[in-house]
Amino acid sequence: MHRINAAKLEDELIPPAERRKWHTHLLIGKTAIVSLVVIGTNVVGNYALKRGLAQVGAVESWSPIPYIRSFAHPWVAIGVIFMFGWLTSRLSLLSWADLTYVLPVTSFSYAISAVIGAVYLNEKVSILHWIGISTIVLGILLVVLTYPRTTNGSETDK
Amino acid sequence: MIGLLVFLVVVPGAVGDLLNSAGMKRHGEIKDWSLMALLRLCRDLLHNFYILASIPAMAISFFALMALLSVSQLSFAVPITASSYILETLLAKYYLKERVDWRRWVGTTLVAVGVALLSI
Repeated sequence: MHRINAAKLEDELIPPAERRKWHTHLLIGKTAIVSLVVIGTNVVGNYALKRGLAQVGAVESWSPIPYIRSFAHPWVAIGVIFMFGWLTSRLSLLSWADLTYVLPVTSFSYAISAVIGAVYLNEKVSILHWIGISTIVLGILLVVLTYPRTTNGSETDK
Repeated sequence: MIGLLVFLVVVPGAVGDLLNSAGMKRHGEIKDWSLMALLRLCRDLLHNFYILASIPAMAISFFALMALLSVSQLSFAVPITASSYILETLLAKYYLKERVDWRRWVGTTLVAVGVALLSI
């Protein structure tokens, strides 16, 4: 019985130019999805950590023990879990995307945190804050125009 | 105290990010998202020098951030770390040989300015 080798079949049936285009689109789509996971886990993680640490009280020590002890607080624990999710998704993203792409794009979490604060927590957002949010979005739009990877000789502009 | 904590969040964080990026590029692009593949990834990362070297740097940055969050507002603590963007972009350009064109420079600067404006 013959086994079908999918990679070999792809090589034979799809022209190289078409294949490159398909891989480019796949990489851009994958980058967008994982970037959203990085941003989401960062927003939730920071919010939970701040809420938990506000209840635990000020921690000022050079020893890691008081910080590790604060992990027992539910909000801090949730924050740490989400920050672990943020770390792993970010590492995955860095396995193919440039650091100079990942850094600005994932900073969208700052803008989201400010908007969530304004909409759900009734925090006061000044005109200066809205200018800041708009500046972040503008900066991200510029970076998103570049291809996520410029090393390993596989750069192609969108 | 707050100035020292900001320094400990920014500089070890930038070095840690650089090591993480170098380590993950050395590992190669993640294409398999199955549980077994992710477990294999964790095992591989334990043998990756760059990732191992980034752990103490990221730990210092993380605990300094926790200390900073406990003594200051979130609206100050999180945006102030944006000052590391320019430092990390420079390090990535010279050490990781990333091609940073004008769109990335202007975009990164706009993001850093925007984040700073959010902290005012």
